[in-house]
Amino acid sequence: MQKYSVFSLIKNAFSNHQNWEVAWKDPTPKSEYDVVIIGGGGHGLATAYYLAKEHNIRNVAIIEKGWIGGGNVGRNTTIIRSNFMYDANARFNEFGMDLWRNLSQELNFNVMFSPRGIINLAHSDAQMNAYARRGNSMRLNGIDAKLLDRDEVKKLIPMADFSDEVRFPIFGGLMQPSAGTARHDAVAWGYARQADDMGVDIIQHCEVTGFDVVNGKIKGIRTSRGDIKAKKVGLCVAGSTNILAEKLNMTLPIETHVLQACVSEPVKPLLDGVVTFGAGHFYISQSDKGEMVMGGDLDGYNSYAQRGNLPTIQHVLTGGLALFPFLSRLKMLRTWGGIMDMSMDGSPIIDKTHIEGLYLNCGWCYGGFKSTPVSGWTFAHTIAKDQVHELNSELRLNRFSTGHLLDEKGLGTKTWIG
Amino acid sequence: MLYIKCPYCGLRAQKEFSYGGDATVKRPNINEEVSSEDWDNFVYMRKSPRGKHIELWQHIAGCRQWIKVQRDTATHEIFQTAKVTEEIR
Repeated sequence: MQKYSVFSLIKNAFSNHQNWEVAWKDPTPKSEYDVVIIGGGGHGLATAYYLAKEHNIRNVAIIEKGWIGGGNVGRNTTIIRSNFMYDANARFNEFGMDLWRNLSQELNFNVMFSPRGIINLAHSDAQMNAYARRGNSMRLNGIDAKLLDRDEVKKLIPMADFSDEVRFPIFGGLMQPSAGTARHDAVAWGYARQADDMGVDIIQHCEVTGFDVVNGKIKGIRTSRGDIKAKKVGLCVAGSTNILAEKLNMTLPIETHVLQACVSEPVKPLLDGVVTFGAGHFYISQSDKGEMVMGGDLDGYNSYAQRGNLPTIQHVLTGGLALFPFLSRLKMLRTWGGIMDMSMDGSPIIDKTHIEGLYLNCGWCYGGFKSTPVSGWTFAHTIAKDQVHELNSELRLNRFSTGHLLDEKGLGTKTWIG
Repeated sequence: MLYIKCPYCGLRAQKEFSYGGDATVKRPNINEEVSSEDWDNFVYMRKSPRGKHIELWQHIAGCRQWIKVQRDTATHEIFQTAKVTEEIR
């Protein structure tokens, strides 16, 4: 594989950049693989990469209905954080933060990981207390957390509304300085390029139409490009999880909802990190191009449409204007939606299933992007060893029946409320 | 914006309603022995189909009645609405 560097850039400049090798191939599916990963998003690509790299399993195919990077990995708002209160989520995502820190070097692809910090704003004394508790939990798990008072927040985001008339005054906030953003497309492309180089077949425009299960054991999959035998199959299909589960006669604690995001026209740098509004569902960061990247609520009803409705955008931006009045002067560049696999406790599922050789990776709710490396890492381990790793030992499917829920936000099962 | 025909008030904008989720899940009869599997199915397990979905909405900014709506989850086309005591088939 051609290594990306300043020297290869200069070398290729002499041939007008016409002779770069393709970053990944477009193979015809083979009739049999050791492992088939369904879903060529960030998590699926990362899983295939870590299967090859950490477990030397290289006879692997990724089956993608559309094109890689066209689903949620290209639709998220690129936030990376590990500011969780529960041990299981905190440990899992902090392990992921370590993977993020070395990812550009490891993949030889600049994923533009930029740890600029995230601030969750508090608008009442009670919220400050809750954030103090969460911050302490984070620090016990070795994650950096800083409780900011009003003046400290004002120094960091002076453009927020600190006036006396405001309905939800800023009392302070909880900051994770090591959180940040990355370029989401580069993450997909970087993993794809390295996985392809290690022998993984990335098969795009290939829809899974069914499964071959014999005596409770997976034998292969049926696709729009023919049947493929596989010893092991991993599902990494986010919002499409229930569609494939139905083909397997499985019912899961997952509902699919559409989540919208939007960006403004680009402006000069004014917002350094990520800021979340504590009195409504709204968060914002500024991309390297200068666009204000914003998001918030689900549309609020089951949806497989990869686009949303205007009332939700209006509602989210009402919260945005309450926090940052300057937004009223900006033009909206575009809005879009992605379909989320909302689990019933708000935490993900990475587990084996009752079908031998079939593995499940789903339930990412609002925050799948930040977990892309650690999700792939632990899912690859679960598939390769046929057992969960310590890091995902609490992210199991049976937690809903045993009562060991990871309800980080304490919202219950009404996924559309949170 | 969805437009939902409330069986009591007529066609109204989605902003007047709040969502109540899958209308086909059945609460187990608590006067009988209920297995934990039945409780799981009621509380957590959802089919979440792509296509026709029968769901509950409440006309919260109108008559405040709960209603049933049959809607396509991919196109958002609304086929039928009914009072909560009525069946949609």
